[in-house]
Amino acid sequence: MKAYFFKRIIAMIITLWLIITGTFFLMHSVPGSPFNEERTTNEAIQKNLESYYQLDKPLIVQYGNYLKALVKLDLGPSIKKSSQTVNDMLGRGFPVSFELGMYTLIVALISGLILGVVAALRHNGIIDYLAMSIAVLGISIPNFVMATVLIQQLAVNLPIFPVATWSSPKHMVLPILALATGPMAIIARLTRTSMLEVLTQDYIKTAKAKGLSPVKIVFKHALRNALLPVVTVLGSLAASILTGTFVIEKIFAIPGMGKYFVDSINNRDYPVIMGTTVFYSAILIFMLLLVDIAYGVLDPRIKLHKKEAK
Amino acid sequence: MEKVLQVNDLHVSFSTYGGEVKAVRGVSFDLHKGETLAIVGESGCGKSVTSQSIMRLIPEPPGKISGGEIIFKNIDLIKLKEPELQKIRGANISMIFQDPMTALNPTITIGEQIMEGIIQHEKLSRAQAKRVAVEMLTLVGIPNPELRLKQYPHQFSGGMRQRIVIAMALVCRPDVLIADEPTTALDVTIQAQILELFRDIQKKTGVSIILITHDLGVVAQVADRIAVMYAGRIVELGTRREIFYQPQHPYTKGLLQSVPRLDAEKAELVPIPGTPPDLFSPPVGCAFAARCPYAMEVCERVYPIETHISQQHQVDCWLQDERAKKLVSSFK
Amino acid sequence: MELRKQEAQNISPDVPNEWFVPKVRNKEEAEAVVRPSLSYWQDSWHRLLKNKLAMAGLIFLILLALLAIFGPIFSTHSVETQKLAEQNLPPSSKYWFGTDDLGRDVFIRTCYGARISLFVGLMAALIDFIIGVVYGGLSGYKGGRTDNLMMRIIEILYGLPYLLVVILVMVVIGPGLTTIILALSITGWVGMARIVRGQVLQIKNYEFVLASKTFGTKTARIIRKNLLPNTMGPIIVQMTLTIPSAIFAEAFLSFIGLGIQAPHASWGVMANDGLSTILSGYWWRLFFPTMFISLTMFAFNVLGDGLQDALDPKLRR
Repeated sequence: MKAYFFKRIIAMIITLWLIITGTFFLMHSVPGSPFNEERTTNEAIQKNLESYYQLDKPLIVQYGNYLKALVKLDLGPSIKKSSQTVNDMLGRGFPVSFELGMYTLIVALISGLILGVVAALRHNGIIDYLAMSIAVLGISIPNFVMATVLIQQLAVNLPIFPVATWSSPKHMVLPILALATGPMAIIARLTRTSMLEVLTQDYIKTAKAKGLSPVKIVFKHALRNALLPVVTVLGSLAASILTGTFVIEKIFAIPGMGKYFVDSINNRDYPVIMGTTVFYSAILIFMLLLVDIAYGVLDPRIKLHKKEAK
Repeated sequence: MEKVLQVNDLHVSFSTYGGEVKAVRGVSFDLHKGETLAIVGESGCGKSVTSQSIMRLIPEPPGKISGGEIIFKNIDLIKLKEPELQKIRGANISMIFQDPMTALNPTITIGEQIMEGIIQHEKLSRAQAKRVAVEMLTLVGIPNPELRLKQYPHQFSGGMRQRIVIAMALVCRPDVLIADEPTTALDVTIQAQILELFRDIQKKTGVSIILITHDLGVVAQVADRIAVMYAGRIVELGTRREIFYQPQHPYTKGLLQSVPRLDAEKAELVPIPGTPPDLFSPPVGCAFAARCPYAMEVCERVYPIETHISQQHQVDCWLQDERAKKLVSSFK
Repeated sequence: MELRKQEAQNISPDVPNEWFVPKVRNKEEAEAVVRPSLSYWQDSWHRLLKNKLAMAGLIFLILLALLAIFGPIFSTHSVETQKLAEQNLPPSSKYWFGTDDLGRDVFIRTCYGARISLFVGLMAALIDFIIGVVYGGLSGYKGGRTDNLMMRIIEILYGLPYLLVVILVMVVIGPGLTTIILALSITGWVGMARIVRGQVLQIKNYEFVLASKTFGTKTARIIRKNLLPNTMGPIIVQMTLTIPSAIFAEAFLSFIGLGIQAPHASWGVMANDGLSTILSGYWWRLFFPTMFISLTMFAFNVLGDGLQDALDPKLRR
């Protein structure tokens, strides 16, 4: 087990390093200086700024310094908002985005699982068609469309919920709903397929032949095995929720990481783009590790495999 | 002899994408206490559907028991509702499926899988259930049962898993055990051990066994009586001796000729030509007529009458008719 | 056991004597297959025709394509014409979908949006198809170390969040239609490559492939003649599902200001413009682009699902 984790962490660090390097050189391959767009910076000031942000040094030196700072978890200063560092922005934005993301994931998981299981149990029945129609709709309607529809209907036409910001639980309902629909639909479809597959397995027949009640068969024998494929997609779902936060935070004016990210893209604030990308990647890679652990917990066959590997 | 189970004129059909498949078309047989009845036939002849219908395990829909009765302890199982069936399944009638590799839930310990049946039916405490489970594992020949209970299916070999499946089926001491191709997925040496186990268990517990198989070698080893199924019907039924030494139906004869035998005079294997009929629109007469070397005009027009050769031995074939006997010489 | 009456004589009275003659038959009769057999594609097509939702999706997409191609021709308005006197007009017989804050016809802009969405979707699917099939086919066919290395690369790409990569590339090469397609192609083909590889691995050991190998047929020819036709089903499904995700990506990027730039029309751009007016009651400016995005994605998704059901032999009875 320990050896396995060690290997995994090494692999994580390598992947992260690849991403950092890729992002760094991608960002520095943009032609021109980021200060050119500024209105009337004279040459002396520009030189000063460039030396402050080390842009006058050779690229490889900049890269080395960036890595050195990263090891100390320092993501550098923002170019456009001179008094702030990337760390400040993430420190403020991350808790909000994390809250949004986690609630979304929880809502999507619970509703998706329920929808999928019910659809599978009523295979080809009305509930199945209904659930799957909801799911296809959920996949088809982009999250920013969902957000606008929700605002229009539940905040403007019927003023039940506030239009924007993130200050009370009531403010959170619409953004979470808008962001959760897509992942919920994906989970529902996957759960249904996986559940249907599991329900045709011999061990389900065996369980029926034992005289177990349908409820027991579903919860004890089917659900856990049906969950395994769902767990494997949680990583990529987290990624899609994460990118979803960009637009949702923009639409609802939520002061999260996504909003900083989109702002930084729009005013070409490269250190912020880079820092946020690196941070996002680190989170996602960590999520993938969590998913792997969850998979190992759910499937006893995996554990044995790892023990043997040791 | 005491009858444990009676199946009368059972009809089962499945509605599918291509139409209605009449998988079982009037099957009748009795199961006596402590005997092993083998149901033999090619794949698709309806033997598995028959056995699953007894447990009421065919998925409805698309499956449907469209007629007949299944009498167990004076109750017609076809008329029972799901909760009542649950009380019978596993407690009175148990079932073993073909592939031991897939019959066990991979994510639950085998101890839990064995115990859940007892806990369900006999309201025992976990400690008591565990004692019974250990007993059962010992009975089916699994060493270190206490330790093995905590393990998962993937930690056992195929033969071991089939033993566990058998233990699981027997844990509530059922009256009837239905074994659907229990040895097909196993190596030949393991097969022999499992068959030996069946005989041993039957001696110890007195359970009646319905053995579904296409393998006449298996049948020869354990069956007391044999029912030969073809295209959804039992075409011949008799004791093992009668079926092996005085087969009456041309299909039974064909089956026997298509398996290797050590005691036969000629060693040549003769396959049965042709394929079984399409059960979307089964033939009106004898379904085997199209492949039968002795087919007559009548065979295609009318289904043959059940003829009793002896007390135990019955066959559905027009060749039993006096008028056909004269014709026999004209077939070649 | 009770024996029946006829048993004594073994003569069934309802059956006439003349039926007791050997049956005359030819040899084929015994082997005859009763049902007519359909080819794989015929059977799949029949199954697709039966799927009403998928057919509805297909019909919608055909209509949408017609609208995208011919819609602007039959209209008297043009995409970029601004009529400041006719700002924010609600839908009417003159302006079917109303006008926006610069007095531009929303209907024509929606048609142009359809052009862009369909173009992006189809191009992305095509590029994914080409790269995915070549990469996956090669990886699966060559096997061994090549396969291992190629799959490692895929694993790394697969771990990256798709939209994040696209955004970074867009930042570097600047917004625009070609860059969207380019950016989408960087990671989009990975899924296709995986599917093709899986299929190839499964099929390459089939006897008919081994047979042509022993005849000395070239690798490329084996891939083209033997493997591709047999892997077409899952590939088609994957392509139908790639299109909506590409359409979504375009709309998403345009919405956050990284995609198609004004004055060009794209559904994402229009939705973004419309969003700011949500409180002023100009609902049509948000409604039409978002409805078209959703309907188009819905149509592709149900068509993809239908194709999957129709083409997957495992689901057949």
